[in-house]
Amino acid sequence: MIRLENIEKVYRTDTVETLAINGINLHVQKGEFLSIMGPSGCGKSTLLNIMGLLDEPSKGQIRIDNQDISRYSDKQMANFRNEKLGFIFQSYHLINDLQVLDNVELPLLYRNSSAQSRRKLAAAALEKVGLSNRVKHFPTQLSGGQRQRVAIARAIVGEPQIILADEPTGNLDSAMGNEIMDILINLNKNEGTTIVMVTHDENMAHKTDRLVRLFDGSQVQ
Amino acid sequence: MIAMLKNYFKIAIAVLKRRKFFTFISLFGISFTLMVITVAAAFINKLINEEYPDFKRERSLYVTMMEMRNTKEGWLNRSDVSYYFLDQYVSKLKSLEKMAISTGAEASNAFVNNKKLVIEYKYTNADYWNVLEYDFIEGKPYGPQEIANASMVAVISEETRDDYFGPNTSAVGKYISADNINYRVIGVVKNVSKTLYNFAGDMYIPYTVSKQDWNEVALLGNCNAILMARSAEDVPTLKREFETMMAKVKPLDKEFDKVYSHADSFFESLTRRSPAGDGENDGANTVVRLLIGLLFLFLLLPTINLVSINITRILERSSEIGVRKAFGASSSTLVYQFVIENLILTILGGILGLLLSILALYFINSANLISNMHLSLSPIVIGYSLLACLLFGLISGVYPAWRMSRLNVVSALKAQ
Repeated sequence: MIRLENIEKVYRTDTVETLAINGINLHVQKGEFLSIMGPSGCGKSTLLNIMGLLDEPSKGQIRIDNQDISRYSDKQMANFRNEKLGFIFQSYHLINDLQVLDNVELPLLYRNSSAQSRRKLAAAALEKVGLSNRVKHFPTQLSGGQRQRVAIARAIVGEPQIILADEPTGNLDSAMGNEIMDILINLNKNEGTTIVMVTHDENMAHKTDRLVRLFDGSQVQ
Repeated sequence: MIAMLKNYFKIAIAVLKRRKFFTFISLFGISFTLMVITVAAAFINKLINEEYPDFKRERSLYVTMMEMRNTKEGWLNRSDVSYYFLDQYVSKLKSLEKMAISTGAEASNAFVNNKKLVIEYKYTNADYWNVLEYDFIEGKPYGPQEIANASMVAVISEETRDDYFGPNTSAVGKYISADNINYRVIGVVKNVSKTLYNFAGDMYIPYTVSKQDWNEVALLGNCNAILMARSAEDVPTLKREFETMMAKVKPLDKEFDKVYSHADSFFESLTRRSPAGDGENDGANTVVRLLIGLLFLFLLLPTINLVSINITRILERSSEIGVRKAFGASSSTLVYQFVIENLILTILGGILGLLLSILALYFINSANLISNMHLSLSPIVIGYSLLACLLFGLISGVYPAWRMSRLNVVSALKAQ
């Protein structure tokens, strides 16, 4: 599903060159739930961002769903992200000025779909994460766990084949973290969604199909 | 498309509500600027487009200035034109059908119930009433007969009648005393805006009544004239005839070697008397350029203000920008969103500005700053104001929007 070949990422400032990722080769199977672990600053978020086309590698090739992304224009890239990818972030990144339902609808706004079908899909996604009764709330009126569930609903509303989650349980206590993990595992088992998750938490990582460890930008396991 | 607009609208309103102080500053800047521009436009519109009683501008040329120069020493003498010049030179032009002659207004004192009333009077010829179409509330103007007889008659304005004889009383046949001279009122006309100072006056009197020696040989004097051609097509010919005639006019005084006078269009006659114009140049282009420049300068400040506020806001909203990009917004979609948001803000400011303008005009009108000038918002003025607003919204939105769309998604999402 996702194939990374010889990926390298160098951050350059005027004086320093930092090698964030160094020659990573990784193949994520379709329907796989993969977790990436490693200490802070080992490059795991950078790797996830590169998989999500949010960041460009300095070297190497990515293929997602057998398509070479490297030559895509900004517009094509945007469309590709919209259709194939869903993102979940550690700090949720909901838009506080919009109600829950509008937040979940967001990815559908960048597609051609009617208002009615958007409402329906967004409501269905909220149902899946158990938040049907919070549709008209604003994000600031919700708990951390609830916010992350809204973020998951937003990530799945467009039925993407791949979900990229950057420490989705990082800001939550273990009970809420487990709830979120259950939702993700269900999604992976029942809908066949490919999930790549970056985490700090060994327990969470062991619930996934495969674990990749990074250290100083290189894969160690 | 509509869903997107609705979403942007929600966001825009929410953002405006969230930062009330910024919103206030922006809206105040926009609406205040627009108000000043609108009031100025209403005033200029009044100056240029107000017609009563001068309805035949397309057939008319205006002679309002005589200038004599000593080109060697570099000094000059400038004033209205003399009756002699109009009578001996201008009246002989072939394409001229009629000529209205009037003097500049002079003040005289009248007393009503021991209270002093200043009456500004003008001397006119008989054709003045044929060229200009004053609206007579009662009575009629004087004609060639009264001119020939030097009759002590007067046409007064509605305002003068109300002040002197009392509101809505009939004045025709009664006597009005100005500087201790009695005139019999033969007509009352509707008020003329003071901005049209060639036509505005409290009282009009046959010029033959004056003790002034009208036949004194001179070029400089105290008269203005409106030359009326037979038709609008004849106006250029009349203008040419005037210029040909002027080429032969020599300064009467040996001190001067050049003499200028022109038959101008109404607008040129205004700009020629402004500091931008002189005997040689009508100044119309300079005035137009100056106005556009002023408008530009005036719009520049709030634009810079809004641009900087918008750029500050981008940083606050980096998370939103990152999320939108991650979920499928392209850079151009983001530019579009932000420009629309900014337009919503400026249009809100525009509507507020128009309301403020209505208020400002109401106060200007009721304060009667310039006598009998009633400013109003014509559809043209409103149209131009909204257009200015739209342009303003686009200009102040595009650059910040472009900056925003360039924001790196990764750092945008890290910001929170």
